[in-house]
Amino acid sequence: MTTQSFRNAEGGLIDRATPLDFTFDGKAFQGFAGDTLASALVANGVRLVGRSFKYHRPRGLIGAGVEDPCGLVRLGAGDRAEPNTRATLTELFAGLTADSQNRWPSLKWDASALTGLAGRLFPAGFYYKTFISPQVLWPTYEKIIRAMAGMGTCPEGPDPDVYDDRFAHADLLVVGAGPAGLAAALAAGRLGQRVILAEQDMRLGGDLLAANRSIDGRPALDWVADTVAELEALPDVTLLPRTTVFGYHDHNLLAAVERVTDHLPHAPAGLPRQRHWKIRAGRVVLATGAIERPLVFADNDRPGVMLASAARAYVNRWAARPGTRAVVVTNNDDGYRSALDLQAGGIEIAALLDTRPEGGGALAQMARDAGLSPRHGMAVARALGGHAVTGAEITALSGGGATETVDCDLIAVSGGWAPTLHLHSQARGKATYDESLTAFVPTDPKQAHESVGAAAGDLTLAGALAAGSRAGGDDTLAPPADDHPAAPIQALWQVPKPPSGKGKRFVDIQDDVTAEDVALAHREGYESVEHLKRYTTLGMGTDQGKTSNVNGLAIMAGLRGQTIPAVGTTTFRPPFTPVTMGTFAGREAGHHFAPIRRTPLHARHDALGAVFQTAGLWLRARYYPLEGETMAEAVAREASHVRRIGGMVDVSTLGKIDIQGPDAADLLNRFYVNGFKALPVGKCRYGLMLREDGIVLDDGTTTRIGDTHYYMTTTTANAVTVMRNLELYLQVHWPDLDVSVASVSDQWAGVALAGPRARDLLARVADIDVSNDAFPFLAYREGAVAGIPARLFRISYSGELAYEIHVPSDFAPALWDALLEHGADLDIRPYGTEAMSTLRIEKGHMVIGTEIDGRTTADDLGMGRMVSTKKPFIGHVLKDRPGLTEGGRKQLVGLVPVDKRTPIPETCQIVKPGVVTGRDPVPIEGHVTAGTFSPSVGHPIALALVKDGRARLGETLHAVSPTTRVRVPVTVTSPVFVDPEGERLHA
Amino acid sequence: MLLIPCPWCGPRPQTDFTYGGDGTVVRPAEDAPQAAWADFVFVRDNPMGPHRELWHHSAGCRRWLVVERDTVTHDITGSFKPGEVPS
Amino acid sequence: MRYSFLSLARNALTGHRDWPPAWRSPEPRASYDVIIVGGGGHGLATAYYLAKDHGITNVAVLEKGYLGGGNTGRNTTIVRSNYLLEANAHFYEKSMKLWEGLSEDLNYNVMFSQRGVLNLAHSDAQYNAFGRRGNAMRLNGIDAELLDRDQVAAMVPDLDCSPSARFPVRGGLLQPRGGTARHDAVAWGYARAADARGVDIIQNCEVTGLIRVGGRITGVETTRGVIKAPKVGLVVAGHTGHLAAMAGLRLPIESHVLQAMVSEPLKPVLDTVVTSGAAHGYISQSDKGELVMGGDLDFYNSYGQRGNAPALEHVVRSIVTLFPRYGRVRLMRFWGGIMDMTMDGSPIIGTTPVDGLFINGGWCYGGFKATPGSGWVFAQTLAKGHPHRLNEAFSLDRFASGHAIDEKGAGPIPGAH
Repeated sequence: MTTQSFRNAEGGLIDRATPLDFTFDGKAFQGFAGDTLASALVANGVRLVGRSFKYHRPRGLIGAGVEDPCGLVRLGAGDRAEPNTRATLTELFAGLTADSQNRWPSLKWDASALTGLAGRLFPAGFYYKTFISPQVLWPTYEKIIRAMAGMGTCPEGPDPDVYDDRFAHADLLVVGAGPAGLAAALAAGRLGQRVILAEQDMRLGGDLLAANRSIDGRPALDWVADTVAELEALPDVTLLPRTTVFGYHDHNLLAAVERVTDHLPHAPAGLPRQRHWKIRAGRVVLATGAIERPLVFADNDRPGVMLASAARAYVNRWAARPGTRAVVVTNNDDGYRSALDLQAGGIEIAALLDTRPEGGGALAQMARDAGLSPRHGMAVARALGGHAVTGAEITALSGGGATETVDCDLIAVSGGWAPTLHLHSQARGKATYDESLTAFVPTDPKQAHESVGAAAGDLTLAGALAAGSRAGGDDTLAPPADDHPAAPIQALWQVPKPPSGKGKRFVDIQDDVTAEDVALAHREGYESVEHLKRYTTLGMGTDQGKTSNVNGLAIMAGLRGQTIPAVGTTTFRPPFTPVTMGTFAGREAGHHFAPIRRTPLHARHDALGAVFQTAGLWLRARYYPLEGETMAEAVAREASHVRRIGGMVDVSTLGKIDIQGPDAADLLNRFYVNGFKALPVGKCRYGLMLREDGIVLDDGTTTRIGDTHYYMTTTTANAVTVMRNLELYLQVHWPDLDVSVASVSDQWAGVALAGPRARDLLARVADIDVSNDAFPFLAYREGAVAGIPARLFRISYSGELAYEIHVPSDFAPALWDALLEHGADLDIRPYGTEAMSTLRIEKGHMVIGTEIDGRTTADDLGMGRMVSTKKPFIGHVLKDRPGLTEGGRKQLVGLVPVDKRTPIPETCQIVKPGVVTGRDPVPIEGHVTAGTFSPSVGHPIALALVKDGRARLGETLHAVSPTTRVRVPVTVTSPVFVDPEGERLHA
Repeated sequence: MLLIPCPWCGPRPQTDFTYGGDGTVVRPAEDAPQAAWADFVFVRDNPMGPHRELWHHSAGCRRWLVVERDTVTHDITGSFKPGEVPS
Repeated sequence: MRYSFLSLARNALTGHRDWPPAWRSPEPRASYDVIIVGGGGHGLATAYYLAKDHGITNVAVLEKGYLGGGNTGRNTTIVRSNYLLEANAHFYEKSMKLWEGLSEDLNYNVMFSQRGVLNLAHSDAQYNAFGRRGNAMRLNGIDAELLDRDQVAAMVPDLDCSPSARFPVRGGLLQPRGGTARHDAVAWGYARAADARGVDIIQNCEVTGLIRVGGRITGVETTRGVIKAPKVGLVVAGHTGHLAAMAGLRLPIESHVLQAMVSEPLKPVLDTVVTSGAAHGYISQSDKGELVMGGDLDFYNSYGQRGNAPALEHVVRSIVTLFPRYGRVRLMRFWGGIMDMTMDGSPIIGTTPVDGLFINGGWCYGGFKATPGSGWVFAQTLAKGHPHRLNEAFSLDRFASGHAIDEKGAGPIPGAH
């Protein structure tokens, strides 16, 4: 166990009474409750935490929070491993295990670091310029590049955790619980508003947690504690620590992720790992603070170069010293505050460099009072050291080039603060460059949001408190704070290279983009902000450029000789910080991704040993195999049984629509291509619907069950579409029609009874006269079947004598049981959708998806004669467009294998016999839409759409499936293979 | 997620609705020429800015409505019952 | 300066200070032979092939923002030609063949990576439909392989192929020559190559009006003044309708937003582009290691370049359902691109009722992979004044005449394609 040799004995928001053991790269360490993984590593003197993306350079912690680009680890192992996890955002818990990434064989000795030595060969976009010729070799190079790239490794197996969704409404959502956010929440909460305060940290307080500040003459942390206590007591205030608001969507909907159990060594049962909050807020206060910028100088990526604010955060909040001897370099007054805090935390300040030629405000004076000697006009030109900083080469910015070396193990840098305006920008607000801040500030909000405090560019504590209070609805709540007048910041975007010319000056430290890369992009014409980003990958890493975008932009502006606002800013794309895919998925993944629909008879099918098949969301009984039977055997048996004896099939998935009103007949007449006005009560009619463009949409049977009352069935696939269309036309296009429609698909279940003995069975169970005269083909009757009130339709899909019996869904199992029971001695058996398909293919009936494929017309399908020429209907005009009526269209035909033996696979396309399929394109004559073995005719048959097919009956063509190496000579026939006269269904 | 004001039900989340496209196209007279029908079915103004469009409150009251929404900002400035859309 | 490993090494010695600009930044001239409106991949490719294949080099490409700033740089980089309908198959296959030599042709590595595009079939019906499509591809001279479940499982080990999966895998249709390319590089490569042949690429130049004299186009008004040309090609993707309206044209196009997203970079886990129509999601892994994902439209007209939560969540749910292993991977960035969706899901490339005005748009989801082919046929259309055989079918009047190319059979609902 390594001791926490860089931990101060006193101070910090850690619980020294609760030590926590953890490992990093297999080595055991100890931290305290309240630590992050990062602060615990700092306390243990661990400097080297990772390797960079491209050059595999050694990297340490640069930030202390969300901005840190380099402290990425793989947390945990196995299925629960989490790659690319920021150490600074990982709350320490007992037993935490973390490993460094992107290195082999070890973090210290990374073989790929050789690319860094050859770094000159790999400037920005090098891959665009090489591996070009011969192009066939690119995949070989690419393989190497892919292996070198990437960062963490994926978890090993399926994610075992669950994630929740939570919807919430609030009068006010406050994002960020720093001084401004707390003040806003308090003001609004006291006014009785429903407030949600979301904070990504484990503790509320924001920057105050890491600063030695005072409010109202008391330590700021006391004010935080009082405020949090009061907020907790307010009934309509919800405090959400560990919750990152990452997305600002339209209509003031904000998305947040709450890390519910990530910080616990063992997640309690019943809790999700993370919770996805979707908050619809009346107003939003963005108190998201600001992020400090690094300075760009040579080898500014060495472990030990750190944001000054991060260094002071480690010291103040976690009592952990990121070094023992520091060089602090700043272009603004805040750097002095960091220097003072580091000094107070026991770190020797070896040098305090102020890049500004002179000046410094009150804080500079305080530094001098504390014995520090700021050196003006100086900067760090280069960091020295490899796996850790060993010194700084410092230089005067005024030129001359002389450098001196200062021994140190920490270089704390402050390049000024940039407001965190990501959410503001996501909400379409503008970003305007503020010269006095040398940063973009949020302006012109487009939704109901307001940025306050540092997020709005006001870096004073009193200002943050006042703005927060005001935004919360009370401008009297603004306690004074210990701000000091500051001298202006100096815009310093890059420190010139050291005279030796050595070192790389990193702008984007995660993705290894240097100032030289920016210059190269400019030189080559990639000078718009987006080109810069895309060409160099600046800001494209997991930190999305939080510390690098403005520096890169400013360097480019300098090269272009333009102002920063003239060059523009990049888009802030969501999410603010990376969010686990599981969180987006919530519970609606896996089996809950889409609902599974089961018919009311599902359990019956299951009990009969049915094999199920998915049809859209539905599960349908496909066939009922006997022991040892293949699907083909079972299907042939079932289909043949229906034709010889009889069978029953579940047709409950059909769409069913109740249509009532004086104009119902008129409505149907407008929807179907064929006439419905003359349909008498008690009769069914098959109908065909087109889309407005004249293409077939759907078919089905509609029955007139009363004077102004109709019952429509649609295909399973189009149940929703047809219903929606009926509503659309009735409500929007034809509001004058007096008709009501209601979907009753779920209310009614249906069983089709088909085959020569169907009538015998029906006679036994129904209380109506089922004789052919009393209940002829296409008639409709109401009655009781096995005592169940039922709608009976003499319609047939199979082409046999058949009935459809529809009953209220709850009665479907009783109906099924009765039919099975009373049909037992008649040998009437259930059949599945596959046999139903065989039966329909034998009859040349079409289905959605294959024959009705969204491209076929009524005439293509041989239904041209059904189409009325006497009335308008949906699609009646555009169906006559030349392209839909000209020759050469594919028409529905039947196919029979020439040898009467070989099956015709449904994957086949159709070519002329002489056509050789190979590499060259060949003419295609058509395609197979459905194929089956027909037990009725005793050989395989198929349906097909063939160019001018109806004129080619008798012609021999070849059905080919090159992907499965099948070629079947076939004869074109009529699509009706069984009972073309329809005698059986009229029997 | 959009918040769509249904004239019958009040504001409801977008996921309650199904989009129905341009709400300004008018179905031609049945005897209108083919070109007029082709225009109705295929051609759209597709404006960048305010757009009157049909939505179906499919998981709600099952009514169709006309929503006026800006196609760039997604701001909704009106929601009407069909037939009551101001000109 | 030609790009090669040698030139890279040579320039390394001088600190990469001698690389010339990839393209000039010329001032617009008063007139050109051809003006291309839109500096995305398609516009730049058109200019390149006009210069290379037709000797027409007095060409300007006018871009209102920066090169490749529209959908060229916002897509999920998939390249394929796995189409059922003949017009699509032949056109996209031409494009595929151009991709196969593009890096060498442009002397710019567009990182075209033929790692295969696999469409998952989750039912027998889907498998058969894919088989029909695969066979149509083969007959049209395109590579296609129909895989069974085990072959799919071997190829994509992270895919949930268990029988109990919500979408059990029945098999898949693989186009081995399909894959991905580096999207930005395509725009830059074409720009550099077109520039080298004399084409003027003018960024930050927005077209504000189309000048017509008696039914003929004579030039364009721009934010940088009037520029004359007897031929103008509109290649502006999501803004096609908007620009066509300047010439009084209304189009069978709606603009919709399609979202895409990338995860944090991971070491290689997925070697193929995988799509599932049933689950509405597709995924690949970029050379940088990010999982690149997309799915359905947001379904309402939009010029917003940003999507909303429901569509985004749907994509992620679909991917996590298909690939349960990726549940803990984090999304790093998501964004939206504006799709110019036509009424049949296929593009419009050809002449317009206005003489001299040509249109190339309506790319729906298919724009990126079409880039080389689109530029190639459009260059010929502009040069000759009439379409090439490969884009004849993609005419603007096909809707009125009943010759829609409706690959999906979804009908005149742009969002449904």
